[in-house]
Amino acid sequence: MRRVHVGLLVALGVAGLIALDQAQSAPLNPYTAPPMVALGSGLAATGGHCAAPPPPAQ
Amino acid sequence: MTQATATAAPPSAPGTLSRASVLVIVAALVLAVALVAGPRSGAVLAIGLGFGLTLEGFRFGFTGPWRRMILEGDASGLLAQLLAIGLVACAALPLLAANGAELKGAHAPIGFAMVGGAFVFGAAMQIVMGCGSGTLVNAGSGNAVGAVALPFFAIGSFAGAYHLSWWTALGSLPVATLDGTTGLAITLAGLAGIAVLALVFGRKGSHRLPARYIGAALVLAALAILHLVVAGQPWGVVYGLGLWVAKAVVAVGGDLSGSVFWSAPANAAQVEASLLVDVTSLTDLGIIGGAALVAWWRAGFASPVGVLPARAWVAVIVAGLVLGYSSRLAFGCNIGAFFSGVATGSAHGWVWFAAAFAGSWVGIRLRPALGLEVRR
Repeated sequence: MRRVHVGLLVALGVAGLIALDQAQSAPLNPYTAPPMVALGSGLAATGGHCAAPPPPAQ
Repeated sequence: MTQATATAAPPSAPGTLSRASVLVIVAALVLAVALVAGPRSGAVLAIGLGFGLTLEGFRFGFTGPWRRMILEGDASGLLAQLLAIGLVACAALPLLAANGAELKGAHAPIGFAMVGGAFVFGAAMQIVMGCGSGTLVNAGSGNAVGAVALPFFAIGSFAGAYHLSWWTALGSLPVATLDGTTGLAITLAGLAGIAVLALVFGRKGSHRLPARYIGAALVLAALAILHLVVAGQPWGVVYGLGLWVAKAVVAVGGDLSGSVFWSAPANAAQVEASLLVDVTSLTDLGIIGGAALVAWWRAGFASPVGVLPARAWVAVIVAGLVLGYSSRLAFGCNIGAFFSGVATGSAHGWVWFAAAFAGSWVGIRLRPALGLEVRR
């Protein structure tokens, strides 16, 4: 087995992930997307990040 | 003679054309993402590709340099990391101070689970020889250990996020940050202090950084600053991986309402939305793609995959799960917590570094026992 086989499996996994995502996610709409650059956009950053503190436990 | 000359001839035009074609395809993919998901998505994917190209192209990472510091006293890789973080801090802290409404830092609380998570992450990253970014790079470049670890890393990240609120409730301090000019001065002084320690404990001569380390530090810093400006948040890795599994769970009819984390409105919205509008997913996919491009460019895909004993593969799977789970408790991996945390003034980034470095010392000593390398 060579690295190319591993690479192809990874590529297949990524393609499957994106296909699954597109099948079940809300449709994309580029016209409602935020501007290209956050700085100067006047919009608050809302993306998920691993350092963001979680909601308090209930 | 003629035959020998022909055999030794450099790659011919079709090879060059093929490389150009691949670059056009990659550019077209980025453009397609920008057209269907919005310009920011295309830009973030391009930045992610840049991260992958840089890490694999300069053969630069986080796990290897820490290993060389611990085993050989070679401080050069660690010094390059500190240089990159310092450069990002010089831009990020003033930007955050002036644009707090549009940009956010990688700010997280220090707590029991955070410290323990960072320690365990440090050990696990040495076992698989790949941290958050390193596992993505390894998987993209056809490394079988990285490719096997990656899906389990994602599952662990999902599970860690699922339980995160419970772990954080065990005890956490309020979020502490270093802000503004004073914060920048303290951050740079802290980085310089670690550099001095690395030189004191490192072997003689390791202060001379190879050109590729300096190049990697400069390009990574530039990309990280660009990421903050474009995405509005610092570079991160593990949130996206957990999100991929959360979406898979929902796709097979799973219910995430039992998780405080995944049922929170912001995260539930991310699960419902496309991965092509999630910042960390885009950079993660870009890193995989960028690393694959470099491996292909260098003909690295032709190398055979190393043979490992069964217990080594079990160790890789377990370590992958642990990497994902612990990185969520630690509020990030080497990228989200250490690189971006320190560069954007989060106190948890410094604690993460100390705990993960101690964990790395343990992980390095576990590798031979797990069949991943010969005993020293």
